[in-house]
Amino acid sequence: MTVYLLRRLFQAFGVVVAMSVLVFVGVYGIGNPVDILISPDADQMERERAIRALGLDRPLWEQYVWFVANALQGDLGRSFAYNEPALQLILQRMPATLELAFAAMILAVAIGLPLGLYAGLHPHSPASKAIMAGSILGFSLPTFWVGLMLIMLFAVHLGWLPSNGRGATAEFLGVQWSFLTANGLAHLAMPAFNLALFKISLVIRLTRAGVREAMLMDYVKFARAKGLSPRRVTFVHVLKNILIPVVTVTGLELGGTIAFSVVTETVFSWPGMGKLIIDSINRLDRPVMVAYLMIIVLMFVVINLLVDILYTVLDPRVRIEGKAA
Amino acid sequence: MSLTLEVRGLRTHFFTRAGVVKAVDDVSFSVARGRVLGLVGESGSGKSVTGFSIIGLVDPPGRIVSGEILFRGRDLTRLPEEEMRQLRGNRIAMIFQDPMMTLNPVLRIDTQMIETVLAHAKVSREEARARARDALGMVGIPSPEERLSAYPHQFSGGMRQRVAIAIALLHRPDLIIADEPTTALDVTIQGQILAEVQKLAAETGTSLIWITHDLSVVAGLADEIAVMYAGKVVEHGEVSAVLDSPLHPYTAGLIGSVPSRNARGARLKQIPGMTPSLLNLPPGCAFRSRCDRASPACEADPPMRELAPGRNARCIHPLLPAEA
Repeated sequence: MTVYLLRRLFQAFGVVVAMSVLVFVGVYGIGNPVDILISPDADQMERERAIRALGLDRPLWEQYVWFVANALQGDLGRSFAYNEPALQLILQRMPATLELAFAAMILAVAIGLPLGLYAGLHPHSPASKAIMAGSILGFSLPTFWVGLMLIMLFAVHLGWLPSNGRGATAEFLGVQWSFLTANGLAHLAMPAFNLALFKISLVIRLTRAGVREAMLMDYVKFARAKGLSPRRVTFVHVLKNILIPVVTVTGLELGGTIAFSVVTETVFSWPGMGKLIIDSINRLDRPVMVAYLMIIVLMFVVINLLVDILYTVLDPRVRIEGKAA
Repeated sequence: MSLTLEVRGLRTHFFTRAGVVKAVDDVSFSVARGRVLGLVGESGSGKSVTGFSIIGLVDPPGRIVSGEILFRGRDLTRLPEEEMRQLRGNRIAMIFQDPMMTLNPVLRIDTQMIETVLAHAKVSREEARARARDALGMVGIPSPEERLSAYPHQFSGGMRQRVAIAIALLHRPDLIIADEPTTALDVTIQGQILAEVQKLAAETGTSLIWITHDLSVVAGLADEIAVMYAGKVVEHGEVSAVLDSPLHPYTAGLIGSVPSRNARGARLKQIPGMTPSLLNLPPGCAFRSRCDRASPACEADPPMRELAPGRNARCIHPLLPAEA
C-alpha cells in the first residue's frame, strides 16, 4: 500500500511539472498584456519601463525558471491588474467556489443515487420512465438558460429565493461560509441546484445502469437464494458494487465542477474563482491565469489520488494488487 | 419413506415479446428424505428453470403458470413471498453453477456467511461467526478461522464452490438444489466436491436435486434420475435401471454420446440435430424430429406411462430392454 501510494505521488508530481510547462507556454502565446495594461498614448520610454517591471523583456525560458523558483517558495506571481499576489487573490475567492461545488455534488448524490436506484430496480414503472426522461433534460438543457429560468421562477415570480450573491455568511475555520446561516443557505440553494442538475442526471444514469447490470449477476441471485431480505440485497450486495463507478465519476466531476463553475457563478453573481478567471482572461492578467490553472491542476491530481485511495476501500481486488506492486 | 418434495404438473413459462417460451411444461417428480435425484438434460431443457421454480426465484417475464410444488406438505406456489424468503437458504438451499460468480466480490466471506445465519436464526454475531467457521471446516477448507476474513478473489474456483456449499449447509436444509455445481471445476476437484456432498447429505438427511448434463456424475451420485427434454421429463426411474436399459430413445442417445472404454475405436454415437426452440413448440413429441423410431403417431403428445415397475417414460415407441 505504501509503495503504491509513493508511486502514485511520484506520478502526480510528474503531471504537475508537465502541466506547468504547458500552461506557461500556452498563456505566453496569447496576446500581449502590455497592449491592454498601458494606456495607448504612453510613450516608448514608459512602455519599455513597464515591460521591464513586469519581467516581460526576458526570454520565455528565463521567465519560466523565475516562475518555478518563485512557485517553490509559494509565490505564483503578482497580478498585473490588482498588483496583489495572484495566489492570495485566488484563495480569497476559493471558499465561495468550493462551497458551491460541494453543495452541488452533495445534491447530485443525494438526489441522483436514490432516483437511479429506484429506476434500476423498477425499470418498467411509469415513475422510472419519468425519471429517465427528466435526466435527459438535465443533460441537454444549457446551464445558463436553466439558471435564468430558475431566477425567473423562484426569484421574480414566486419571490421565494434571492437571485444573486452569497447572502449572510458566518465564520468557520477562519473563512466565511454561506451554508451556516439561513439567509446564506437561501442564496446557495438556486446556484447549487443549477450547477448540480447535470451531475444529478449523470449519477441517475450511472446508478441505474449499474443496478440493472448487478441485478442480473449470479451473486445477487445467490444472495436472494440465501433468503436475505430484499432490503439487504439492494443496499449491501447491489449498492456496494455500483458505488465503485459512482465514486469515480463523482470524484472526477468534483474537480470539473470547481474548475468550471464559471457559468453558474456568472448567472447568479456568485463571487467565486470562476468570475475572477473570466476577468483575468479579458485583461490578459497572466500571473492570475497561470496561478489559477496550476491550482486547478493540483486539485485534479489530489482528487484523482483520493479517488484511487477510496477505490481500495471499496474494492478489495484493487487493494491486494496494490500490495503486490 | 417420507417425501421432502413433490412436484406435480409444474409449468413455468416465459412471456417474451417473441412469444411464450414453455421452459418447464408439465414436470412431475418427487424426492424422498435423504435421497438424491439427478435431473439430467441438455442446455435449454428446462432443468435449471425447474430448480429456480422450486426455490421461488423465477424472474419476470417468467412465472409459474400451473402445478404444485409440495415441500413437506406445503404448496410453495401459493406461499406469500415473505414466507418463501424464510424457507430460502434455511430449509431449501441452492448451489449455483459458476463459483466465480456466486460470491459477492466486494464482501468478505464472513460477511456473506454471517448474514445468511442471521437471516434465519436469532443468534449473536459471535455465535453466527462460529457457525460459519464450523461450516467452512465441514466442507474441508483448511484453517477456516483465517479464511473467514478473506475475500472471494483470494480463493480458487474449487474453494469458492466449497464456500458456496458451506453457505448452503449453514441451516442444515431439508433440500439442496445443486445447479451443475461441478461443471466449472477440474475433474479432480469435481470428484472431491461430489464425495463431500454425498457424505454431508447422508449425514444430515438432506435431500438433493442434482441438476447436470453429465451422466457420469449422476451415475455415481444419484439414487433416481429424471431425464428432461424440451421442458418435459421424458424418463424417470432408479438410476442404475435407467442407465442400464433406457426406455426413451433420447435417454439412450444421451448414454450413447458418452465416450466409454468398452467401445474403444468405435464411432461415438450422437444424437442428430439439436434441441428445438422452446418458443411456440408444436404439439407432439418434441424429440420426434431427431428420433429414428418416430412415426406419425408421435405428432400427438405422448403421455407419461409406467412401462416397467418404477419406470416411467414419455414415449409411444419405447426401447425394449433387449434393444438398449
